[in-house]
Amino acid sequence: MTNSSNASYVRTEMLGEKPAPVGQTGIIRWFRENLFSSIPNAIMSLVALWMIYLVLSHVLPWIFQSSWNANSLKECRAAIKEAYGEGTHGACWAVIRERFLQLIYGFYPSELYWRPNLAFIGMLVALAPILFNKLPRKMLGFTALYPFLAFWLLWGGSVWLPFMIITGFVLGYVAFTMLPHYIGTLGATIAAFLVPVLFWLLLAGPFASGMQSIADVGLEPVESAKFGGFMLSILIGITGIVMSLPIGILLALGRQSDLLIVKAICVGFIEFIRGVPLITLLFVASTLLNYFMPPGTTFDIILRVIIMVTLFASAYMAEVIRGGLAALPKGQYEGADSLGLDFWQSTRLIIMPQALKISIPSIVSTFIGLFKDTVLVSIIGLLDPIGLSTNIRADAAWNGIIWELYGFIALVFFIFCFSMSRYSMYLERKLQTSH
Amino acid sequence: MANTATQMGISDEIAIQIENMNKWYGSFHVLKDINLTVNRGERIVICGPSGSGKSTLIRCINALEEHQQGKITVDGTHLSSDLKNIDAIRSEVGMCFQHFNLFPHLSILENCTLAPIWVRKTPKKEAEEMAMHYLEKVKIPEQADKYPGQLSGGQQQRVAIARSLCMEPRIMLFDEPTSALDPEMIKEVLDTMIELAEEGMTMLCVTHEMGFARQVANRVIFMDAGQIVEENEPEEFFNNPQSERTKLFLSQILGH
Repeated sequence: MTNSSNASYVRTEMLGEKPAPVGQTGIIRWFRENLFSSIPNAIMSLVALWMIYLVLSHVLPWIFQSSWNANSLKECRAAIKEAYGEGTHGACWAVIRERFLQLIYGFYPSELYWRPNLAFIGMLVALAPILFNKLPRKMLGFTALYPFLAFWLLWGGSVWLPFMIITGFVLGYVAFTMLPHYIGTLGATIAAFLVPVLFWLLLAGPFASGMQSIADVGLEPVESAKFGGFMLSILIGITGIVMSLPIGILLALGRQSDLLIVKAICVGFIEFIRGVPLITLLFVASTLLNYFMPPGTTFDIILRVIIMVTLFASAYMAEVIRGGLAALPKGQYEGADSLGLDFWQSTRLIIMPQALKISIPSIVSTFIGLFKDTVLVSIIGLLDPIGLSTNIRADAAWNGIIWELYGFIALVFFIFCFSMSRYSMYLERKLQTSH
Repeated sequence: MANTATQMGISDEIAIQIENMNKWYGSFHVLKDINLTVNRGERIVICGPSGSGKSTLIRCINALEEHQQGKITVDGTHLSSDLKNIDAIRSEVGMCFQHFNLFPHLSILENCTLAPIWVRKTPKKEAEEMAMHYLEKVKIPEQADKYPGQLSGGQQQRVAIARSLCMEPRIMLFDEPTSALDPEMIKEVLDTMIELAEEGMTMLCVTHEMGFARQVANRVIFMDAGQIVEENEPEEFFNNPQSERTKLFLSQILGH
């Protein structure tokens, strides 16, 4: 205490650190604080508990008082009645059991199931080094090759076709790295686009057939019409996700560009795509696109759908990333500039890592939305799980079944989407650098 | 006139030459007819009221701001709109900002090695050794593996100085380096800057630290309303200001 005769105060020793007070824990206290802290709170808690009870008391018996072995809905209902008594409404999971392979692979030939299986495992291996940066960087080599491998595994055919596509990319890369010395960066960039395109259009075909006649290596071709089920959803969804991120980044950068024409093209593209429902784009893919093709060319329907889904997602991605770019302080650009980094260096090393980090939650939301939107392909007649479920319900044996099929499809989608959401939270935690 | 003592360490070689430079923000004339020659090894402090264009002036030197008229020559390179020239000048001219502008997603060490590795193409190991050397110089080698968000303001500004030094610049620009710092941290940053000045670095500092100006500057430049109002060596500038505007400014900041 200070008093009037001794107004000054000097601390002679600094206080040491003390442990924080021990938290008052205990389950009863937790209940009281979180559920019953006041009378309105207590009433709401009780009502909520009662509602949870109501839902579970109906859903759980339906899920578990069920039948797994039956060949038709009728048999199924009979089996449930026999096992659990008259009036029981149990789920008929037998339909999932019977049509499981179809829901996964569509009408892919069953003796070739190893190919999508291998492609799926390959996908996990290829994604791993992107998702977890502790894994050896050399795995990225496989990641770069994987799209061609997956394409070849799924559709089959001559090995030389994917080989020629890779060669085109390699030629483009060579042009981009070797030529700036002779014709400048802009020239090299244009060459990097032109060389592969010319190669694919003019040389790839003759080369591939030539090589095919020398060494006939290939897998039995499988046509796109046989693709279906979750395999199709994953194929469209993952390709769309993987492609839409880089395209979205470029669009977002283009939209911020000082180059007027680049900016106008990007803004026009983004606004057009965002202003049109995905289903219209899918209809364009399924019907209209062929009118624009030279007569006689066949352009695979799945490929067309993937392109549309990718374009659609990239427009949204571009806006999400633009949000991240806008949130970045101007000082970051100036810091990078003041060190002499050029535009692409500062974008790649300073701006994008931070903008992407800021946008992770929205990027993943877009991914999840894209993945779920793949079910819209059922409307243009592709046999994704929803398309298949319509087929299954049209079968006389399973006519009338609804909840089990859609419930199962929902569960599988939930597992994928929830994993993405958890991964994004892991990533946000990992990239947290301020404390 | 400058006496021989303050000219020690200053060569006749010209580091920066600004001739008749004008700059507008839209229709607002921010810099008016700026003429300034900085010799190698010279330490110049630029002061003036806020909005007088002093930050804009030094930001024009490394082309963070574009000027519309006049000629700027940095280290013999004429500053034009050619991006190659701009990047070349920027890699020779270090800059420290009021808000440090460290890269929060990179560790302190990575902040320092980034530009040498990507701009100078220095091998990683060599760049790291150099970074540690300069971090020791600013007296925070032990923070190398931390992230900027974990450091105090004064430490961050010293990292920013080390980051610039890793490019081994011939000229350093300081844009109010201590304005965002707590009083206790200002000294540690000023000490680093003084040490740098004593080693003969060419420095242009926008600052309100008049003690620093007295101690290290060869010349003090006072700006107001986008023009250079008075320019003198520190003793004369503080003790015997000529212009009324300078007198008023000095009485405001030294008055209490």
